[in-house]
Amino acid sequence: MIGLSHYLIVSAIIFSIGLVGVLRRRNLLMLFFATEVMLNAVNIAFAAISHYYNDLTGQMFAFFIIAIAASEVAVGLGILIVLFKKHGSLDLDDLASMRG
Amino acid sequence: MENLVYIALFAPFVSSLFAALFGMTERKIWIGVVASMLLATSLVASITLAYTVYTTGNAIHVTMMDWINAGDLNIPFGFVVDQVSVTMMTVVTLVSTVVHIYAIGYMDHDKSFNRFFSYLSAFVFSMMILVMSDNFAGLFIGWEGVGVCSWLLIGFWYHKPDVSKEENPSVSPSWAANEAFIMNRIADLGMLVGIFVIYWNTGSLQYDEVFAQLPYLSESVLTIAAITLFIGAMGKSAQFPLHTWLTDAMEGPTPVSALIHAATMVTAGVFLVIRANPLFAAVPDVSFFIASLGTFVAFYAASMALVERDLKRIIAYSTLSQLGYMFAAAGLGAYWIALFHLAAHAFFKALLFLGAGNVMHAMHDELDIFKMGDLRKKMKGTWIYMTLASVALAGLPPLAGFWSKDAIIETAFNEHTYFLWIMLVITAGMTAFYSFRQIFLTFHGEDRHTALGFHPHEMYTFVLVAMSPLAVLATITGWFMKEYEAFITKLLPQYEMSEHTHHLASYLGLIVIFFALSGIAIAYLKYARTGDKAWKRDEKIESSFLYKLLKNQYFVPKFYEEFITKPYMMASEVFWTKVDLKIVDATVDNIAKFFYTSGDKTRSMQTGNLSNYLNWMAVGGVMLLVIAAISAMIG
Repeated sequence: MIGLSHYLIVSAIIFSIGLVGVLRRRNLLMLFFATEVMLNAVNIAFAAISHYYNDLTGQMFAFFIIAIAASEVAVGLGILIVLFKKHGSLDLDDLASMRG
Repeated sequence: MENLVYIALFAPFVSSLFAALFGMTERKIWIGVVASMLLATSLVASITLAYTVYTTGNAIHVTMMDWINAGDLNIPFGFVVDQVSVTMMTVVTLVSTVVHIYAIGYMDHDKSFNRFFSYLSAFVFSMMILVMSDNFAGLFIGWEGVGVCSWLLIGFWYHKPDVSKEENPSVSPSWAANEAFIMNRIADLGMLVGIFVIYWNTGSLQYDEVFAQLPYLSESVLTIAAITLFIGAMGKSAQFPLHTWLTDAMEGPTPVSALIHAATMVTAGVFLVIRANPLFAAVPDVSFFIASLGTFVAFYAASMALVERDLKRIIAYSTLSQLGYMFAAAGLGAYWIALFHLAAHAFFKALLFLGAGNVMHAMHDELDIFKMGDLRKKMKGTWIYMTLASVALAGLPPLAGFWSKDAIIETAFNEHTYFLWIMLVITAGMTAFYSFRQIFLTFHGEDRHTALGFHPHEMYTFVLVAMSPLAVLATITGWFMKEYEAFITKLLPQYEMSEHTHHLASYLGLIVIFFALSGIAIAYLKYARTGDKAWKRDEKIESSFLYKLLKNQYFVPKFYEEFITKPYMMASEVFWTKVDLKIVDATVDNIAKFFYTSGDKTRSMQTGNLSNYLNWMAVGGVMLLVIAAISAMIG
């Protein structure tokens, strides 16, 4: 029987994968993917806990997150395109212009 | 009536603010004119009030607003116009109106002309608060206000550099201003303690309430209150040992010396003693000390004036000496005579100072009377004014100084304090000598200034005309002594001469006149003659011990410098290098350095690389999680 803890473990694993992606990746596009992965890991946790407690609020929250993630991607990709046009690269090591 | 009180009080304030608006701009004559007109308004209001008080015999009491209201402490911003304060108000506004007009002429080449008028009017406003307040707190505010204005005005020419004490005993205007301010602060501490003692024991600071409670206070409380209040008065009125600032204050512009350091501010101490006369009358020992100190200062200051060469400093010493007379009278219980001498002195001393200002203006700021001589042909008006004022100061009838000073000397006789009487009579002779020494050296005798390249010229006519009210008052004030006595003794205690003194009064008067006349005669023989018998420097006298003692002001400034200023300087030096630099500064510096270095070290975190930032963010997130977990476990 698959219980709540399984869902949460899967969610944690996916979140960790996303986190590693955020920390290790150098390409800005990949960073975006990684954040999406993290967001969806959270969504899984929300949906699972919501089901467990028979409370729809969590699932509703998941929908909001999906909507916000979609709009974030729309804005983010726009910025990425402009950045690529300007610098010809999306590598974070090439974009370090604000060195302190 | 209430409006008149406010007009008298606030017209100088308006004048000060108005002139202050133009303080930083170039010289404008009309600002002086407007300020003088506002002061004249105040004068008219004061005279009207004086007339009202004279005819009705009642004091006018106004309370403008609640000022301090905390717990049991309740001090209203109230003013009282009674016989004493209205006398002071009239004297102050009259002298200051004349001085304002005078200053239009005197300061006409000064680029800080507008600023000068602002300060001068601010002084008058503070002085009016001082004399009109109906409680000790208001008096103290005015007291401090005149102190600040005095500081501003002594140091008016603050740009003059410091010189050595040998070259100029007052070093520089800013040095003299600081000296005056600091000495007054020392005395003000005493005064503040006195005010606290009074409040602590009576629960009020209103004059009438405090005086009503005096009979219920213990002897020791009264003594402490009287002594501490008198310490305040000693500072403001420059009594020994806090006297050195007054002669140094002559660094200020001459109108300031005339108004503040002769006619009005320095008499505030006398005013305080007169105002608090029920308190001082209750402690005869303190009063006798005041009288003795006053007599001592009268003699002490007069003796220093005998050898002084600086025109303004001679008059400053004579001010000190006359303040001593006032304190002698007040200490002996003749409060109204002290107040009368205060008013008469204000008129002739202001006149004398303004005359000295004319001489100074003519001589391009040269003040050494031995470089003048025979100025009367070129400065007739000034000569007449200064001679008149000197006759009044020397105490010859029928001028003002005779009546008031003679009454003081008579009081000393009447109280059977014959030693004080003898000292005061001798001082009267010395006063006559030094004031005429100065007149003869300045205006008579050999012409010494032409050889030195001076071309003196008389002051503007409007200035001489403006001085005339003072000349008239210096002449006639004494004639109204009986009327003034009837007016003032409605408030101040009557002072009756005994039958014995009354019998001898004319002889006593003759003795004083004899001393004054012989003083003048000696001065004439020594300094006024020309030709072979003209005055010459005498090496023998100048090298004598007595001459050096007097010339160096009994070495009191030297003593202060060696035993107070220098040790204080050394202690300050130690505290600066050891305590301030090593402990206080080091602590503050190290706190700043810690943040600076930690900032410098962590700066390298900011690589500009987003990936690094994200790593740091993750570290932070983990740390927060750890903290949350730990606190959850503990909680």
